[in-house]
Amino acid sequence: MEKWQGWRKMRYEADLDHDFASEIASIPGGEQLYSCIQCGTCSGMCPLSQHMDYTPRQLIAMIRAGLKGEVLSSYTTWLCASCYSCTVECPKEIKLTDIMYAAKRLAIREKVYPKRFPIPVLAEEFFRCVESHGRNSEIWVLLKLFLRTNPLKMFKMMGLGFKLWRTGRISPKRERIERRGELKAVLKALEKEHMVKGREELAGAGEVGS
Amino acid sequence: MSYLYYPGCSLKSTGRAFEESMLAVFRALDIPLRELDDWNCCGATAYMSVSELKAFALCARNFALAEAQNGDDDRADIVVPCAACYLGLNKAKRYLDEHPDIRRLVDDALAAGGLSYHDHTFIRHPLDVLVNDFDPDKIRTSVVRPLAGLKVACYYGCQIVRPYADFDEQHDPQTMDKLMRLMGAEVVDWPLKTRCCGGSLTGTVQEVGQQLSYILLREAKRRGADVIATACPLCQFNLECYQKQIGRRFGNGASIPVAYFTQLMGLALGRSDRELGMQRLFVPLGFKPPVKEVVGGEHVSA
Repeated sequence: MEKWQGWRKMRYEADLDHDFASEIASIPGGEQLYSCIQCGTCSGMCPLSQHMDYTPRQLIAMIRAGLKGEVLSSYTTWLCASCYSCTVECPKEIKLTDIMYAAKRLAIREKVYPKRFPIPVLAEEFFRCVESHGRNSEIWVLLKLFLRTNPLKMFKMMGLGFKLWRTGRISPKRERIERRGELKAVLKALEKEHMVKGREELAGAGEVGS
Repeated sequence: MSYLYYPGCSLKSTGRAFEESMLAVFRALDIPLRELDDWNCCGATAYMSVSELKAFALCARNFALAEAQNGDDDRADIVVPCAACYLGLNKAKRYLDEHPDIRRLVDDALAAGGLSYHDHTFIRHPLDVLVNDFDPDKIRTSVVRPLAGLKVACYYGCQIVRPYADFDEQHDPQTMDKLMRLMGAEVVDWPLKTRCCGGSLTGTVQEVGQQLSYILLREAKRRGADVIATACPLCQFNLECYQKQIGRRFGNGASIPVAYFTQLMGLALGRSDRELGMQRLFVPLGFKPPVKEVVGGEHVSA
């Protein structure tokens, strides 16, 4: 948590981003965002809400209010482990997990996620690995994750790594598919579709239907 | 009916014992299974965090490969044991079905790679296949070493039954319970069947993620379980491989074997420990099912 620096807690109208809610709501089924009754079922179901800086219920209210900066740089979205408890229990059928994903994509696109926080870094490294090889090689992705976040942690994990290697559960071999060209062509075609706004746009929330 | 098998990345590495034991169970029950040729990653939760559209396209390539490999058959059933892959593929299939704008983009992208998807693909979990496609009596008669006296906590995890409970009940799933009872084991009643294990947080934000795993381990033990049966490679990894760290962090009293439900099934079906990947477990199961005695031509459990 950051140190208190005398921020003002109240927000003025001018601080709000009025397009933020519609940006998030542009995901398939996302318009349900506007029907939230703030009942808190999501926060009650969430096994991680007590560790979040804003509970899922608060986050929804903040998205609707247009507090873009606070939402995108919060830990809440990154702590979401995608267990879908909130999504299946929401009485208004709001796809909260998908909204979390939309916020994550925007945070990565705008590079406002918490620095050196391992979860978004893991997402990026995983994405890169699969994009070029078609499969995930756990050991290489984890190595890059540690290098980018906390190299010292590597030493702490060595005991576990050794045990995994001894039981044949991890290997330095690069996993890859054979027809990588075919996969590349498929993924590239999706980039072309969005050429107007460039490759970055693809990582946004409103990829489709906006 | 024949099935295609989609392993996903985990079943080739940390979850190898899941692959080994599942294949052994399918062999024991004479269920034909062929691995999907040149399958690619499903995208998991991480890919979805960067690009949703590309995550759908990754899945769609697998559908196209499955249909091509299946030839003229009008349905390609893909058996997907990993919970993250199961959800990822299932979600992609639904979005392609329900959102024509996404479908159009993904179809065009597939065409660029010389591929096409025709809605003939069905995503199936091994729990679904074993319970819903086969006569339980046929499975029961294949049991040669019933798991008599073994108390099992059936742990489904989150992503198999949520958000789309296609084949089981969302709040109190039963398929694994049914299979374990068929194998002669005793199923422990516990309320955390589908509570989150922490997912990848156990590695990234350990003090938070491992607490979730700890809650599961402690409760299973408190309810008198001898073993937690899992159906997901990440759940198994979290609950088993971090047990030492969890013990150090939250106090001991949470050590319990964690095996794949297919490993337990394999034992009952008379498969060897090696065939089931038992040597890969960090916490040994420590249970040998008694051999069935044959009395007057009738099988009686010991």
